[in-house]
Amino acid sequence: MKLAILHELNAERAARRPAILVTDTESGEQRLVKAKDFAKDPLGAELEKQLRMGKSGNVEAGGKKLFLNVYAPTAKLVIIGAVHISQALAPLARSLGYDVTVIDPRTAFASPERFPDIPLVAEWPDTALPPLNVDAYTAFVAVTHDPKIDDPALLHAFERNCFYIGALGSRKTHAKRGDRLRAQGAKDSDVARIRAPIGLAIGAVSPSEIAVSIMAEITAVLRLPPKEKEEAA
Amino acid sequence: MLDRDEDILKAAEDWQKAGRGVALATVVETWGSAPRPAGSSLVINDEGTFLGSVSGGCVEGAVVTEAMDVIQSGKPRMLEFGVADETAWNVGLSCGGTIRVFVEKVG
Repeated sequence: MKLAILHELNAERAARRPAILVTDTESGEQRLVKAKDFAKDPLGAELEKQLRMGKSGNVEAGGKKLFLNVYAPTAKLVIIGAVHISQALAPLARSLGYDVTVIDPRTAFASPERFPDIPLVAEWPDTALPPLNVDAYTAFVAVTHDPKIDDPALLHAFERNCFYIGALGSRKTHAKRGDRLRAQGAKDSDVARIRAPIGLAIGAVSPSEIAVSIMAEITAVLRLPPKEKEEAA
Repeated sequence: MLDRDEDILKAAEDWQKAGRGVALATVVETWGSAPRPAGSSLVINDEGTFLGSVSGGCVEGAVVTEAMDVIQSGKPRMLEFGVADETAWNVGLSCGGTIRVFVEKVG
């Protein structure tokens, strides 16, 4: 691998931007394709698919055997609310490979006893969120039921274009939330991005089951192609 | 899977910049119950120091030896490793699969 390519690849990885290294495994020739350039690449469709699956693999193109090595950032999960559901959600998400952070300004909730080994920030979202570098490889879940905590957090998630944004609450609660967020400057398209009621409809009852339904929904959004994604919703 | 190989490519760059000969070995194809998926990598320098994994320990020794030649010659090569023993495969031993590993010089 040429040092220039390696250097560029490391820079993309440090910035949490996905890229795929294309290697002709016979000649050793290589090129790096950044995710923003997939659309104009001759291998665009294959690159999109491999990245969505987060999986490296081989393709044949123009009589050449090419290895596509996928470099995707580690997905993050930000949970607003150190509540009962979060106690089940945080370890489940971690077992699925997410870097998890739980935020709740209420210190009685955000206690290490309740969340052993999980990074906890006992601050208001306005203070807690900026240092976390929430980005497009972040799933964002708001489950406090308290608008004072959830609303500013959701506004931050819109701004950072999180790939998944979910919030706890019935349809009625969610309609009120939409009104509040719009009053604070959120666009209709932002509000429409919130998955609420949160999680896939699997009849979840207990906090652990709700955690499963949330992670199932996040997985679907991460992995399914756009059309199937709508069908699963 | 999601990228957890942070330090491998960083080490490759750092070692190369420090003047070492460096090779990168990457799993490009797997069959059967290969222990590490395609894209897993191992970085090796000319002192024989290595970081990462292509098989969870089964074939690293052989890969390091081949990597020394690649650092010398500058020519990439494809290696194939497998355990043909059906019994090993059936009992799910971690090395009961076949992997192809692409070894290339860095720089």
